[in-house]
Amino acid sequence: MSAVRLVHRRGFLEDLFSAGAVILGAAVLPADAAGADAAWMPSVYLGIEPDGTVKIVAHRSEMGTGIRTALPMVVAEELEADWTRVRIVQATGDEKYGSQNTDGSCSIRDFHAAMREAGASARLLLERAAAAKWSVPAGECKAKAHMVTHARSGRSAGFGELAAAAAALPAPARQDLRYKPPAEYRYVGRNVPVTDLADILTGRGTFGMDAKMPGMLYASIERPPVFAGQLKRFDPTEASKAPGVHSVVVVDPFKPPHRFQPLGGVAVLADSTWAAIQGRRKLKVEWEAGANASWESGAQKTALMEAARKAQKVVRNIGDVDSEFAKAGRTHEAEYWVPMLAHAPMEPPAAVAEFKDGKVTAWASTQNPQAVQEAIASAMGLSKKDVTCHVTLLGGGFGRKSKPDYVVEAAILSRKTGRPVKVAWSREEDIRFDYYHTPAALYFKAAMDAKGRPTAWLQRSVFPTIGSTFDATATYGQDFEIGMGLVDLPFAIAHHRAENGPAPNPVRIGWMRSVANIYHAFGIHSFLDELAHAARRDPVEYALDVIGPARKVDLAAEGVKYWNNTQPLEKFPIDTGRLRRVVEVVAEKSGWAKRKSGAGRGWGFAAHRSFLSYVAAVVAVEVDGRGRVRIPEVHIAADAGMIIHPDRVTAQFEGAAVFATSIAMMGEITGEAGKVKQSNFHDYPVARIQEAPLHTQVHIVSSGEPPAGVGEPGVPPVVPAITNAIFAATGRRIRDLPVKKHKLA
Amino acid sequence: MIQLKVNGTARDFSGDPDMPLLWYLRDILDLTGSKFGCGMGLCGACTVHVNGAAARSCVTPMKSAAGKSVTTIEGLSAAGDHPVQKAWAACHVPQCGYCQSGQIMQAAALLREKPKPTDRDIDSAMQGNLCRCGTYQRIRKAIHMAAGQAGGGKA
Repeated sequence: MSAVRLVHRRGFLEDLFSAGAVILGAAVLPADAAGADAAWMPSVYLGIEPDGTVKIVAHRSEMGTGIRTALPMVVAEELEADWTRVRIVQATGDEKYGSQNTDGSCSIRDFHAAMREAGASARLLLERAAAAKWSVPAGECKAKAHMVTHARSGRSAGFGELAAAAAALPAPARQDLRYKPPAEYRYVGRNVPVTDLADILTGRGTFGMDAKMPGMLYASIERPPVFAGQLKRFDPTEASKAPGVHSVVVVDPFKPPHRFQPLGGVAVLADSTWAAIQGRRKLKVEWEAGANASWESGAQKTALMEAARKAQKVVRNIGDVDSEFAKAGRTHEAEYWVPMLAHAPMEPPAAVAEFKDGKVTAWASTQNPQAVQEAIASAMGLSKKDVTCHVTLLGGGFGRKSKPDYVVEAAILSRKTGRPVKVAWSREEDIRFDYYHTPAALYFKAAMDAKGRPTAWLQRSVFPTIGSTFDATATYGQDFEIGMGLVDLPFAIAHHRAENGPAPNPVRIGWMRSVANIYHAFGIHSFLDELAHAARRDPVEYALDVIGPARKVDLAAEGVKYWNNTQPLEKFPIDTGRLRRVVEVVAEKSGWAKRKSGAGRGWGFAAHRSFLSYVAAVVAVEVDGRGRVRIPEVHIAADAGMIIHPDRVTAQFEGAAVFATSIAMMGEITGEAGKVKQSNFHDYPVARIQEAPLHTQVHIVSSGEPPAGVGEPGVPPVVPAITNAIFAATGRRIRDLPVKKHKLA
Repeated sequence: MIQLKVNGTARDFSGDPDMPLLWYLRDILDLTGSKFGCGMGLCGACTVHVNGAAARSCVTPMKSAAGKSVTTIEGLSAAGDHPVQKAWAACHVPQCGYCQSGQIMQAAALLREKPKPTDRDIDSAMQGNLCRCGTYQRIRKAIHMAAGQAGGGKA
């Protein structure tokens, strides 16, 4: 059974296509679902209009990766469409599309095959329609550049002319599809202009912050300053009298587990953003702080570091590290800390929603419109079908906008006021009420042989788990968290043990770009660098030695429970050959062998597999007499499998180097008496132009392997490469992020 | 009553004179190209030109815009072809795009003042404009390109 079908009952597609269009849907079928009619949920919708316009529905959210360009490129390529006649239509949230949760660096990985199939099916359908029209064999008709041509008779027809006839034919069987050989690609692998570029450059793009509905009110919400705090009393008198204020309304607190529910609070609704802000300043609110008022960052750090020094739950074990430590001549220990971090996308969370006649319509800057439907339905006692979520452009996401609490706030307030409501968080709210990247304590111990090579490696991490978002009692790392650098160490070391300890969670935490790879990679690659220096060996040569020969690390055979980003190890193995290759490429391209550290200039290196991709980084730093750090050069070699849009891939790695710079150099969220201390970019700084790497060179290592992650895997190796470079420049080993806490001169 | 010009059009404003220009542009004039990022003049997403100079509209009260001429990203060029916009397109600068109106307005003001900026000039002029996606190296490249192509960005 083909995964591609013609769509005749249009339902929710009515708004997207005209009556004369031929519409195809292509599903990502699980291997065991073939034949299960009910399970056919196309992720791809593709329509050809009678005027020849090809409309491709983008079901993933655009937050800067170029996904609204890259996935449609795959369709257009196989369809033989002319890109200038392709229009991208953004999907609303609907389970029919399969997952729309745009995170985990998986849009291309998960939907590339379906896009190809949709495009190839539509092409064959058009060729068959032309053949029928001209009464010639279908095999003699060829689509190219938006036309189908029959060379022998010299006849040709545009796609639009064939749409109606194509719509009357059955969908081609999967075995009949022909795919273009890559040598004939016109778009895939080339830098097609990005779909939203012109709108962005002229200020016309619509982000969540820009969405409007007629008659809408603007909300400004006072939330409990301590997580899970409760409203004690409030006085709306003065706020209600402020100019432009419409009403003051309570948003109920969440019921544990908090998931994506609003934090609760008191909202001031007004006829403009400014009036709402001014009104809120006059609001008098008192809170019952509750148990989380005991959160102090300093004490939390001490407790996590203490736990990381003790034996914890074993999550991977090879050989016997303890007996190796006992007999080893040399051992080395180190512990590391990565603080809590905020996502801080340039656009704070923002959405508009209207509750009307028992239904909700929302326009939201969201990475996951189906989560918006679920969260609103659950909060308001509605059915998911009664919630329509339109997806705007996202002003950055980084994982924050997978959590739709702010859209729920807008929907609840709309029901309470009877008007559409816009909820746009201030920066202070964004920094104080984030789903924070969790803090982590890491402990490492190694035994070394005469050449300084590790014979035993013990690795431990302790961190509050994202699992606590969904189960308030969860304290151990979830499979996906320990599967990002704790259980999947790809080193050839005879004795190895990985352990994970429990940690309570006093605030909201959640996944942020690169997630648990951030702290695990920082620990692993800092420690590896320490071992290399202890052995007086070159860090790159040493890393290649420790990675060992090209092989597939078989965690299943070891009995390790490993999530592998949801993908089978057979398709996406842990391939040390690919890891070695990116190390070799980055060393060669950066001129590593000739680079000399010293006198305030240092070169650092790290390489890490994450999101099924392999990334190696070399970073140069300059540290001046006052301890100020500049990053003149970054080299990144990345093997992310097949690449669709090289420039957008390059841009993701350039951006990852900057994101990593913020983490390494300056990012830190702390709490006192249960409250987050930081509030805006003055006390939660992110890298500015003069602090960011001056030149980042991205070297894409081409690979015939299936497409893997791009958005996230660039960050993890760059963070330790920066601190390793600082060590090379100054002799100061940074084990405690961020760097700004330390005096380097 | 505050009178000002926005993108060449004369406007009257009779609301709160302390309201920041940003909210006037966005909520009242529907010019949403200027973005909110911090509300404290720390990120530059709201950058517009006031009498030709870059200004953070989130901390510019309406009363201080009285009698002035304001240009937003929507009014920078009629066809989106200001040399800075062209260079931005050629270098494919934006990722998410949210900060880019502010970046473009800041860069256009820089080039008006310093037609051939050095890297240090760029650092100094652009350091107030944050980009969380990390497009800085392309911003730098595009400014140099605009300086070359525009004969100093006088447009």
